[in-house]
Amino acid sequence: MSLPARVTTLLLALVVVVAGAVFVVLHYIGGGPPWENYVPKASGGQVNVIMQTDAQTSVTDHPDWVSYFIQNPQTGAWDHTTLFQVPANTRVNVTIYGFDGATPGRNQLWGAVQGAIGGTSTVTQVDAKGHASPATATSTLSTWNGDVQHTFQIAGLDLNVPIAAANGTLCTSSPCTTQGNPYSINKFSFMTPAQGGIFRWNCEIPCGLAFLYGMGGPMQSLGYMSGEMQVVS
Amino acid sequence: MSAETPAAGTPATSERNDGRNIAVSWLILCAILEPLVILVLGPHLPPGAMSLNARSQQIDNIVLTALATPVVAGVLLYFGYALVFWRQKEGDDTDGPPIHGNTKIQIGWIAATSAIVLSLAVYGTVELIAPAGAGAGEGPAPVWKLTGSNVLEVQVIGQQWRWTYRYPQFGGMETTQLVLPEGRAVEFHVTSIDVIHSFWAYQLGVKADANPQVDNVAYTTPEHLGQFTVRCAELCGIWHGAMYDYGKVLSAADFQQWAASTEIQLASVTKLLPPYSNTYNPDVVPQLGKALTSAGLSGAGGNYYGPQYSVQP
Repeated sequence: MSLPARVTTLLLALVVVVAGAVFVVLHYIGGGPPWENYVPKASGGQVNVIMQTDAQTSVTDHPDWVSYFIQNPQTGAWDHTTLFQVPANTRVNVTIYGFDGATPGRNQLWGAVQGAIGGTSTVTQVDAKGHASPATATSTLSTWNGDVQHTFQIAGLDLNVPIAAANGTLCTSSPCTTQGNPYSINKFSFMTPAQGGIFRWNCEIPCGLAFLYGMGGPMQSLGYMSGEMQVVS
Repeated sequence: MSAETPAAGTPATSERNDGRNIAVSWLILCAILEPLVILVLGPHLPPGAMSLNARSQQIDNIVLTALATPVVAGVLLYFGYALVFWRQKEGDDTDGPPIHGNTKIQIGWIAATSAIVLSLAVYGTVELIAPAGAGAGEGPAPVWKLTGSNVLEVQVIGQQWRWTYRYPQFGGMETTQLVLPEGRAVEFHVTSIDVIHSFWAYQLGVKADANPQVDNVAYTTPEHLGQFTVRCAELCGIWHGAMYDYGKVLSAADFQQWAASTEIQLASVTKLLPPYSNTYNPDVVPQLGKALTSAGLSGAGGNYYGPQYSVQP
């Protein structure tokens, strides 16, 4: 092989290796779901965070994975992410639209509201025709008899809130809309700590259709049923 | 012959007694280091002295460190002595004296090291079982138990990726908080409701595998108030590293107050829990999933990822 050919081959190999490294860094390490910044929306020591749970994720390459979506506080659009930022020492008022059906849990303890202000979550059931049940303050749902679809749990704050299951024919395209689909509305509040930091949160119901008793796949994946809350001080 | 080269028949070194010098220096060094290791470093060795088990394990670490100290000191002293006093002088190209070994030293070395290793084997074996299993999981039928009747039973339930705790003597309540009383024997019943985990209460000196369908018993007696760390010590999934929390040791009176108030607070939840049992069958969940599906309810069954799904995790 001639010298120019050797040099060209070497340079090509170098380019391939560098491009591969850049791809890995950007795609697997630097990539990931976007952060929803609710910090600028805080007012009077409170901030409202809005999410939804879907039975599928038709916007991704895992269409049969269950997933959370978070509303973009700036645009109002539903983003496929589970990462959000809130200010420290602030009351976070969470609204979760639950579009998924019931999934049994392994531990009934996760049917109990823990760590939320007042110890309750306010649940409203809405059917596909838009008829809403009266909002009910709930402290406990049974995870074994079809009451619960998912949970919103931040272990570091000892917060756990069961999300009531929707009743009826479920929405089939995500992100779901409230028109023509049954869903539950779950409202609760909690306080963020005075110190900043990142708090992992996840669903504790094994709803992942996963390969090992339900907690794999979407259950362990950021952007689906696991997420992070960054408290900004 | 150069000026530095000793004449034939004269000793290459001075008349100093290297063996005596090293031995005396080693004894002095050990006399200084041993009290420091035992009295100053010892109380800071892991895992601390928060419980009976932890204190026992700390004593083991002190004993091992104290035994290792003269060996390490001797090696380093010999090394330093050789560097200083046996350094080859510039221009000295002569060979060292021929050495054919020393049978007394060899026998003495083999005898001493054998005695140390064998005695440590006996000591280690005894310490593995005392006190009361040394804080390790002993399985469902423990051989070494804590004595006394006032034993607090706490069930530790591992699940991806949280620990929860049931107190059968307080109505079977289940909480996310591990609270223990000072000075009272505790009997942990460690199990799992999904995959394998390992309950590691570091400062208590307790470590026991949490396996589904297995009741793994471990004992401890907290001896000091304070906070301790609980970690999962068995890779249990992608969020294994986040599976930790913090337990508390309270005074007996404070514990009783906490337990009584928590039992009342959690009464509505406790009613929903399955009856207290040493183990729980995780297959119940897939069965419930099937029941829900057959009843027309949607949602995942918590079962294996079936081949019918085109996208595998």
